[in-house]
Amino acid sequence: MTNTEVLIHELVEKHGKTRNALMPVLQGVVAREKFLSEEAMIAVARELDLSAADVYGTASFYTFLDTKPRGKNILRVCKTISCHMQGKDAIIRAIEDHLMVKVGETTHDKKFTLLTANCLGWCHKGPVLLINDEVFPSMTPEKAIEIIEDFSKKTN
Amino acid sequence: MEQKQLKKIDIIFGWDDKCTPIQVVEKTIKKTPENIILDMIDSGLKGRGGAGFPTGLKWKFCRNEDSDTKYVICNADEGEPGTFKDREILDRVPEKIFAGMTICGFVIGAREGYMYVRGEYNFMLKALDKKIELFNKQLRDLKVDFQIYLRSGSGAYVCGEESALFESMEGKRGEPRNKPPYPTVAGYNNKPTVINNVETLVYTSEICRMGPEQFKALGTKDSRGSKVFSVSGDTPIAGIYELELGMPLKDFVEEFGDGDTKAIQVGGASGHCVPRKKFNDTIIGFEGIPTGGSMMIFNSSRSMYNVLHDYLEFFTEESCGQCTPCRIGCQQLLKGIEAVKKGERPPTYLDDLKRLTSTMKIAAKCGLGQSVANPFTSIVDNFREEIIY
Amino acid sequence: MVNLKINNTPIQVEEGTTILEAAKRLNFRIPTLCNHPDLTVAGNCRVCVVEVKGARLLAASCATPVSEGMEVNTNSEKVRIARKHILELLLSEHNADCTKCFKNGHCELQELASEYRFGDHIFIDLVKAKDKIRDISSPSISKDASKCIRCQRCVRTCAELQSVCALAVANKGDHQVITTFMNKPLNDVVCTNCGQCINRCPTGALYERNYIEDVWHAIYDPNKFVVVETAPATRVALGEDLGLDPGMRVTGRMVSALRKMGFNKVLDTDFTADLTIMEEGTELLTRLKKALVDKDETVKLPMMTSCSPGWVKFQEHMYPGLLDNLSTCKSPQQMFGALAKTYYADKINIKAENMVVVSIMPCTAKKFECNRSEMRDSGFKDVDYVLTTRELAMMIKQAGIEFEKLEDGNYDSILGQSTGAAVIFGTTGGVMEAALRTAYEIITGNEVPFTNLNIKPVRGMEGVKEASIKIKNTKPDWNFLEGVELNVAVAHGLANAKLLMDAVNSGKANYHFIEVMGCPGGCIGGGGQPIPTSAEIRKRRAEAIYAEDMGKPIRKSHENPEVTEVYNEYLSHPLGHKSHELLHTHYKVRNRY
Repeated sequence: MTNTEVLIHELVEKHGKTRNALMPVLQGVVAREKFLSEEAMIAVARELDLSAADVYGTASFYTFLDTKPRGKNILRVCKTISCHMQGKDAIIRAIEDHLMVKVGETTHDKKFTLLTANCLGWCHKGPVLLINDEVFPSMTPEKAIEIIEDFSKKTN
Repeated sequence: MEQKQLKKIDIIFGWDDKCTPIQVVEKTIKKTPENIILDMIDSGLKGRGGAGFPTGLKWKFCRNEDSDTKYVICNADEGEPGTFKDREILDRVPEKIFAGMTICGFVIGAREGYMYVRGEYNFMLKALDKKIELFNKQLRDLKVDFQIYLRSGSGAYVCGEESALFESMEGKRGEPRNKPPYPTVAGYNNKPTVINNVETLVYTSEICRMGPEQFKALGTKDSRGSKVFSVSGDTPIAGIYELELGMPLKDFVEEFGDGDTKAIQVGGASGHCVPRKKFNDTIIGFEGIPTGGSMMIFNSSRSMYNVLHDYLEFFTEESCGQCTPCRIGCQQLLKGIEAVKKGERPPTYLDDLKRLTSTMKIAAKCGLGQSVANPFTSIVDNFREEIIY
Repeated sequence: MVNLKINNTPIQVEEGTTILEAAKRLNFRIPTLCNHPDLTVAGNCRVCVVEVKGARLLAASCATPVSEGMEVNTNSEKVRIARKHILELLLSEHNADCTKCFKNGHCELQELASEYRFGDHIFIDLVKAKDKIRDISSPSISKDASKCIRCQRCVRTCAELQSVCALAVANKGDHQVITTFMNKPLNDVVCTNCGQCINRCPTGALYERNYIEDVWHAIYDPNKFVVVETAPATRVALGEDLGLDPGMRVTGRMVSALRKMGFNKVLDTDFTADLTIMEEGTELLTRLKKALVDKDETVKLPMMTSCSPGWVKFQEHMYPGLLDNLSTCKSPQQMFGALAKTYYADKINIKAENMVVVSIMPCTAKKFECNRSEMRDSGFKDVDYVLTTRELAMMIKQAGIEFEKLEDGNYDSILGQSTGAAVIFGTTGGVMEAALRTAYEIITGNEVPFTNLNIKPVRGMEGVKEASIKIKNTKPDWNFLEGVELNVAVAHGLANAKLLMDAVNSGKANYHFIEVMGCPGGCIGGGGQPIPTSAEIRKRRAEAIYAEDMGKPIRKSHENPEVTEVYNEYLSHPLGHKSHELLHTHYKVRNRY
């Protein structure tokens, strides 16, 4: 078994071998691997006795269950109205320039993927940046770069 | 700042050391479920998620269903743009939510409660999990046959729609179901289910703590009690405020606006945009404009075209995609205002689009598609020239 | 009972009836797109919305049960406006190049659009260039996303009727699509090619890979000798695409039409159905003997039929552990091709390389089957082209043949004569019944103990049917079967097959012989049959099949004189050397994922 298969097997042991376990299992895979590879979705389908298409169809419904390869850190800049009003464009531009990627892309060293997100629930403290599960409210371009640099150092 | 006129309430976040949430449970379950339902109905509490269904009735319907298995679900899939109150509640007083869930479970005859927290709030799961564990233990110690489990979403606004949330919990795409049947008859796992918003559940436990009278004394005849508001946009004091329902919008603007308020979006992206000229005669409450709590303030520097464009982009992406009026309707509205702006379609095309929203409002499968008409018509009607030019 | 009014007309219906059904009883047709009588209710297209007095929202009539005192209006102004909007929205997302569409004239969206007579389209065209890329990877099924209206009928079909789930809904919002696992080509996923999705697709988003031009080309080629074979179920359904009612038997007219179209010989797959019974029946008896007498543990029981290529591929994907249970017999179509290009070509003095074998099938999976690498035992591709019943109807129209006015024709001989046992291959339970008619007689010398040879327990539309036949008065060779209760089971539709296979795998089932047909109702409900399909239509086609059987002078495969002749002249005996070479095959394990 590959590492992914072991992980999925453990997740299924924990959450049960029913369809109701699908979300927690997929979430568990994404928590470790940042996205759902073909291999991972097949392994989940096998463990839960579902069709691979069904797993893919379900996963692709959810923004955070990425089925495209992603970097080790996922940056999501909230793009919804109040963050828009508070300057999310400048944040995105600064990150794009700094990491030399466009929204939707992953850096060459695979350390970062830059994405946007719909309302993250920090409208009073925008613009907000979500890095993996960590929230960074009241961003300025400078602060955002600083934080990303910290993450860069922490990531091999 | 000007002198505050609105009365600040401290029910949701207040803490009574002499009657903690678990003690509220202990005290409440000495009553009969029927009496608790009566208290709820008497309090006039209506759902705080936006739809405003009377909570007591919901519990009563579910209690009346005959089933071995029933569920209580806390809808913590707060995703309405401009709303962030549930996060604060989850962070600061989750025990009150647990207590509300437990009391509801006692009333309807459920042994399991689930809390479905949006994926955007993953950062708080660990802490929540610990608190749930402790609360569950306290419940076992009290010999209360009810346990709470944590589930999380993964970034899909529509899962805040109750039947979509059940689908998601069942490991499926979060596509809203046909209604009827309603959740109280067939909800999660097709079992009778009460699904309440975070804030609603806190109020239920608070009503049990202090009695319906104190709650009822707040607000107006149609809008009893208080409500937590998420205030954002062009305001110097963005944040969370618990206020009495039934307040005139004018008072709200005076207190929260920056002196240059042009419009307020009440109820988030799916709510209504109220222009300055209507501040005086708009009431925030079920008799006026109901809201899930989002109050977003725009001053005169803002382009209402951009605001509407943002909303439509949001709905286009967050529609589950299954039903025609919503999936394609949202795209047409978005592309439509772009075309008008660029001059590719005449200004009168906005009227075609408004007629389309009337169809979406009555023909879409769920509240998401039905409510897109709210921001569209209220912004187009009040700021037509900003959309065109 | 519930009382309500629809368009001011009172009606009383059972509780739980939907508004749509109630309206139908009053002869008010409410348009639908996502709704299909074979599938669960989706309520997503919203075309069927109606106004219910006092309700804020319009109700999706397919998904809303009636309630006491309800007052419904199916054509109010509100309803009309909404319905027109919804159709216009669908059209804005639909690549409406109708004149170029294979389903032109057979499209539910087109019909509704024509009903509502849209002038200028209000809305902006949303069809994206990327959607226009068609998936033609599969030899059976083509998929055109630009025509898809996301009604999800295909997804429900693939899951609910077939339990294959090759198709799924992916993404959300404006990106929502109907697709396969990771958007792979249909040919690379678990699709069994059954074509049931095509039968239920309301537009041209799913359609068969068609070979009409190839076949015309072969017919016109003076150097080609084109032989056509016709499957049992085509003769009870073809008429539906040519203006006749479901259940009309058109065998003779079909033969005449094929001859007029220019096929050199018009032969019958029914002939090889009889031959299949000889081979498969013998195989079953041999397996029973090996298992019961020789105690050979390598012999796998229950034996399972292998005539349905959708079912075979299903088994290869889903239950590779049971592949040895599948009969090694090729399907009648492929037996025909292998014999045509060897024995028959020799007999009529035609070079096999100049022979083109075309088969008319109720099936799309047959298109895949004839392209399998194993199906070249004649030294050539045994069957060159497979046409669905629908494609044949189109060709008949193209040829300007007035089908209704045709006189009945007769099949050519040899490989044209068949028995009643062969024609019932076209419906669920038919292969089983045909096999039992022959096997019982081989074992006992007596006819099966059922009135008129009609083995009722294996007939009908129940998903899984079981029967037990006690074998009595065996001939000496078959003594070991004396008193044995022969347990058989029949399933149709792959979801039912799955139930049966799970029972077999769990060891709870104790069958000797299992018949599976991949499509609901068997071949009469095949993925290549005229559209629409419903339980009622399938029932009528099945009745026609049994009528065809009753009308045959010979009703047992082993009594087919042409079959005897072919054995005498060429094959020698069932499971003989030649049979093994030409009429039997093997299977391969395929990935489930």
